[in-house]
Amino acid sequence: MNILANIISLTIVFAVPLMLVALGGMYSEHSGVINLALEGIMVIGALCACFTLQSFDKSGFGPAHPQLSMLIAIIVAAFTGMVFSILLAFAAINLKADQTIGGTALNTFAPAFAVVVTWAVQGQGLTTIQIPSWIRITQANFGLEAGNGFWDMLIFKYFYLTTPIAIVLFFAAWILMYKTKFGLRLRACGEHPQAADSVGINVYRMRYAGVLISGFLGGIGGIAYTIAVGSGFNSSVGGYGFLALAVMIFGNWKPVQILGSAVFFALFKVVAAYNQSIPFLPKFEGMKDQSSLYQMLPYIVTMIVLIFTSKHSQAPKAEGIPYDKGSR
Amino acid sequence: MSEKKKLSENQMFISVLASVVSIIIGLIFGFILLMILNPSKAGIGINAMMTTGFSSLDQFGKVLYQSAPLMLCGLSVGFAFKTGMFNIGATGQYTIGAFCALVGGIAWQLPWWVCLILSFIGGAIWGIFPGLFKALFNVNEVITSIMFNWIGMFLVNLLLANMPIMLASAWGASNSDRTAALSQANPGAIIPKGGLDRLFGNSSWINISVFIAIIVAIICWFILEKTTFGYELKACGFNKEGSRYAGINANRNIVLSMIIAGALSGLGGGLYYLAGTIQYVLEKKTLAMGFNGIPVALLANSNPIGTIFSSLFISYIQVGGSAMQPNFSSESTDIIIAVIIYLAAFALLMRGLIVRIMKGGKSRETAVTENAANVTADKADSMDKDDNKEAKA
Repeated sequence: MNILANIISLTIVFAVPLMLVALGGMYSEHSGVINLALEGIMVIGALCACFTLQSFDKSGFGPAHPQLSMLIAIIVAAFTGMVFSILLAFAAINLKADQTIGGTALNTFAPAFAVVVTWAVQGQGLTTIQIPSWIRITQANFGLEAGNGFWDMLIFKYFYLTTPIAIVLFFAAWILMYKTKFGLRLRACGEHPQAADSVGINVYRMRYAGVLISGFLGGIGGIAYTIAVGSGFNSSVGGYGFLALAVMIFGNWKPVQILGSAVFFALFKVVAAYNQSIPFLPKFEGMKDQSSLYQMLPYIVTMIVLIFTSKHSQAPKAEGIPYDKGSR
Repeated sequence: MSEKKKLSENQMFISVLASVVSIIIGLIFGFILLMILNPSKAGIGINAMMTTGFSSLDQFGKVLYQSAPLMLCGLSVGFAFKTGMFNIGATGQYTIGAFCALVGGIAWQLPWWVCLILSFIGGAIWGIFPGLFKALFNVNEVITSIMFNWIGMFLVNLLLANMPIMLASAWGASNSDRTAALSQANPGAIIPKGGLDRLFGNSSWINISVFIAIIVAIICWFILEKTTFGYELKACGFNKEGSRYAGINANRNIVLSMIIAGALSGLGGGLYYLAGTIQYVLEKKTLAMGFNGIPVALLANSNPIGTIFSSLFISYIQVGGSAMQPNFSSESTDIIIAVIIYLAAFALLMRGLIVRIMKGGKSRETAVTENAANVTADKADSMDKDDNKEAKA
């Protein structure tokens, strides 16, 4: 049973960054901007949050107020993610640049910047920022006794502040997208910006909002990923920004389906790591490196799903096309 | 068309100038960053980056050696750009190409040129997918390419792990995390040096791969500029619907251009790993070389001949970047490359700006419009070239 609890809790902790970042991509694409830079935004968010945690750890503030420090680190990640995404917004919206190339530039920049800065701050060759161990939420936070039972494993083995925050942000996304004026306007800008403009919606401002929210969520996703991996931050988020794009497409640009596909993708990632110890999985006798096989599957499934759904794709119609007032 | 155009109307000149300006801004940005991070060592770092490539024949040989795969990845990205496709999947095609070349060399004991053909075919197969998905199902090629980058990387790792003969451990070495060294497994699969090593002071890096790449670049230029097929590809890039109206089979051209782009990246992988100096390491990470094809293509404005020079430049600063250690991480060069890509994203705007500065005092709008007009005029110009020749005769 413990292995089951382990798999479920690991799946949750890996689904959190995927869902957050995919939701970020969703906001941006609904506003009409393809955000290929999510990977880079995650790296920048994680970098700044990890430095924040490290400084709290050194000053002694962190061990004394672990969850408050964690909250501050998450806010730092969100804020820096937003600041970084301005670069994409400026190029894509004001300068009407090619969005995929702009995103590629940010993706190239972020890991390189992270390595260079970590190297400069920590000294030569020390490219990993260690994450302090006090950030985990334990039974003690709720006045419970530590144990090793099923529920203890399920809930507390990988319980971090990012998980409840992700749940809140998920509901916020659903409400914001479908129950507010803002959500309707945002979606209008991604479907038909000319029509949105004609009824007095400021398309540029809405697109900025979309990209900045995606930067906000991408930054949090970055620190959530780093926590999930657990071995410290080494200037990379392992392609999760791209994987989140797949999650978003697989989730048809809708929050609830994005949640489902994030769990699906995370499950495959976990199964890839644990495939030897899961009894009911098929054993391919004599095959080495089966984890590669399982890690490959989500991408293949995404492609197959894309073939079948492309005819009825819910993708925002105007995504990727710079809005030019003059061409109305 | 008059023979002597004004400098500010010469599209080629503007493109080159725009690239040079991006490079200069990128370098300045990088240097400022180094100054902020470590002021006392910044001078040494900058010096290392800018001079290492020419510091010795061995290092210059390395610049040439690395420029070959870069050139092919750049050609791949550029070729797809010409048809209006963004081939961000060069890294996957490159990985598959490298795999096919190494299987040919190590498992099947084939000579180097057959291995290169295998890498060409392998890359082409990986290029089919984005093109086919775009043509048949209208799936964005960027998404397909990204997915297939990961599928390719995991597939190669899976296959290599299950082909014990491919690994170094089967050939007398102890490690099984990388492919066998070609000098052990099959020296005949190593791309010949053609006497260049003597010319370059026994450099271990140099071989004829850079010349192969340059020949491929010229062939690409010929296909794009001198054949009907190339004309059709470019027409699809300018306006897919328009070209369809003119009777061009746009879907066929999309698939074909992605197959060619894939083949070029694949050949790049073959050239890099058949040099005998590098072994393919099984890592859970996509290879950076394919992604670096993007700045190469952007700097060259997708022109195959320009790619020769831009790949040499990128290779040069990369070799310089690795010499910056231990004062700075070699990733410093990636920051400069990132700035160059970012500037390339709004290339048209920048070209308009350059034209404006050169003409002096004109409003931005007119400059941009005129520039756009120039582009159209230039295209018409190049398309009418044959007529012109006849007229001159």
